[in-house]
Amino acid sequence: MENQSIITIEKLVKRFPMGKDSFTALKNINLKFGTGEFTGLIGPSGSGKTTLLNILGSLDVPTEGTVHVLGKSIGKLSTKEAAQLRKESLGFIFQSYNLLVVHTVFENVEFPLLLLKYSKSVRYKMVMDALEWVGLTEKVHSKPPQLSGGECQRVAIARAMVKKPSLVLADEPTANLDAVNSHHILKTMETLNRELNTTFIFATHDEKVISYLRRKIYLLDGRVDKDEIITPQKSVAQ
Amino acid sequence: MIKFLLTGLWRDRSRSLMPVLVVAIGVMLTVWMHAYITGFMGDTIEMNAKFSHGHVKVMSKAYAENMDLLPIDLALVEVSHLKSALKEANPDMEWAARIQFGGLIDVPDENGETRSQGPSIGFGIDLLSPDSKEADRMNIRSSIVRGNLPAKAGEVLLSEHFARKLEAEIGEAVTLISTDMNGSMIMYNFIVSGTVSFGVEIMDRGSVIADIEDVRAALNMPDAAGEILGFFGEGFYENERAVEMANAFNAKNALSEDEFSPVMKSLSQQGSMGQYVQMAEVWSLYISLIFIFAMSLVLWNAGLLGGLRRYGEIGIRLAMGEEKGHVYRSMIYESIFIGIAGSVVGTAIGLFLAWLIQTYGIDISGMMEGASMMFPRIIRARITPIDFYIGFIPGVVSTVIGTMLSGIGIYKRQTARLFKELEA
Repeated sequence: MENQSIITIEKLVKRFPMGKDSFTALKNINLKFGTGEFTGLIGPSGSGKTTLLNILGSLDVPTEGTVHVLGKSIGKLSTKEAAQLRKESLGFIFQSYNLLVVHTVFENVEFPLLLLKYSKSVRYKMVMDALEWVGLTEKVHSKPPQLSGGECQRVAIARAMVKKPSLVLADEPTANLDAVNSHHILKTMETLNRELNTTFIFATHDEKVISYLRRKIYLLDGRVDKDEIITPQKSVAQ
Repeated sequence: MIKFLLTGLWRDRSRSLMPVLVVAIGVMLTVWMHAYITGFMGDTIEMNAKFSHGHVKVMSKAYAENMDLLPIDLALVEVSHLKSALKEANPDMEWAARIQFGGLIDVPDENGETRSQGPSIGFGIDLLSPDSKEADRMNIRSSIVRGNLPAKAGEVLLSEHFARKLEAEIGEAVTLISTDMNGSMIMYNFIVSGTVSFGVEIMDRGSVIADIEDVRAALNMPDAAGEILGFFGEGFYENERAVEMANAFNAKNALSEDEFSPVMKSLSQQGSMGQYVQMAEVWSLYISLIFIFAMSLVLWNAGLLGGLRRYGEIGIRLAMGEEKGHVYRSMIYESIFIGIAGSVVGTAIGLFLAWLIQTYGIDISGMMEGASMMFPRIIRARITPIDFYIGFIPGVVSTVIGTMLSGIGIYKRQTARLFKELEA
């Protein structure tokens, strides 16, 4: 299932203006990602992993080169088309959960479906399914401040997964979690990856996350330093 | 989606209750301030009109040139005829002859020797004619502290403060010592029928009020009067109309060289009242505009901060795929809702406070001691139709503009940068 390419990156360069000069965050990146991958962009701070994740999530655009995500050229999308792509096909998981604190767990997970204008009954079923995947059906009426960090991140996963996106982008998803919660979260995401065949791309330097990855792309100073595919025998975690 | 946004707005008190309170306070102050300024300026003008200036005043040419000295020797004569002519020319106006005079009030003891004495300003007004509105116009009935209005010739009212100073009691005789129209010294006895307190410092210091016929008799002024005051039927001073009327009247008598020929002056053409009328017109507008501007800045800033504070929420919504335009529009709708809610609450509270001050007033007599101009002792607000909507200018417009500006900042910022700030 991982052989169908959903992301193609060719000669990607990303520069940020810094006063009169510019800083090159990504230098000539060439990568392909297939359906159902469980991949990590690994590297120290400043290596360019978050920048690459932002471009894949249509939150930023390439300076040079081309990036195709699900057949759409990121550099050529209007803001409306980029929003459409995120709304329909992408899910995001953040380091600090970024839940809407005044809304309940149900409402947080329901939000992406409201944007897709699903009916109330469909929304209810999809939200409850998503909460079941992450084991939070009992917390449906709770609000984020009443939840632990692990529970909050599970809500964030449910929110990212509820519309069954083709691609989930996770930026340091375990950075604020302890080891037990981190493994719990990673197992949940791994299960969803297998069951729903959703592509997961992580930006991380957390060893706990790295141990679960089936493909490890090491970035260093904005370049791909190593692209390593882990076979089941080679996998450390399994 | 609308329900989702309204739920968020309702639950997040820092997004709903606090901004509504800030807007309400700003609007309340704007409404209250406008009503207060309108009341203060209007009250002062009307008070001066009723007590001494009229909306227009007719005097002899010579009297007008020295009116601050109250020169009764330069008073108008054949007043009945002149008053009838004025009434005929301006049937919608009310005309009242008055005599203002200076003199000493002497209170004798049982032997007829001076017990106490003090300088006074006297007012001869029509108190005894059945159709006279002068007592009501000067609010004398409700200003009586002790005793009664003069009911017959020879009775007089003293200001309460003056009566206490002279230790004059109700029913006692007092003597006016002054000069008559021909410059001769006169002494004329009155019986004190009551005392009054107008709440106007200059009137309460040492005034004597008697029927105009008594004053005429005392000062040898048959069918004469220092001045004839004209009042618009609507009861409010209109400067433009008064000036036009005075100019038209004076144009008819322009060629006369008789120093006793009548001239008319509008309230704004008398003494320092012109400056005050101008000040009232301009200041009430300026003060209101300055206040509206200041409140607009505060509420604009509140709208701006409200928008900036929601960077995180906006970042999440953008990440979920909500379009920037939709986020921007929802923020503006929210600010309109906040602005209207705050303006309604603020206007209601502002009007209530203004109503309290309109009904009960604020006593500022302590600040008015020694004032040479008539200021009311009790300041009252005046609620006018504009007070019902003036608060909506800063309340809605500024809040929405503040949100629009903060929204533009978010709208123009790259989504990725919003995310970086979201993660920070």
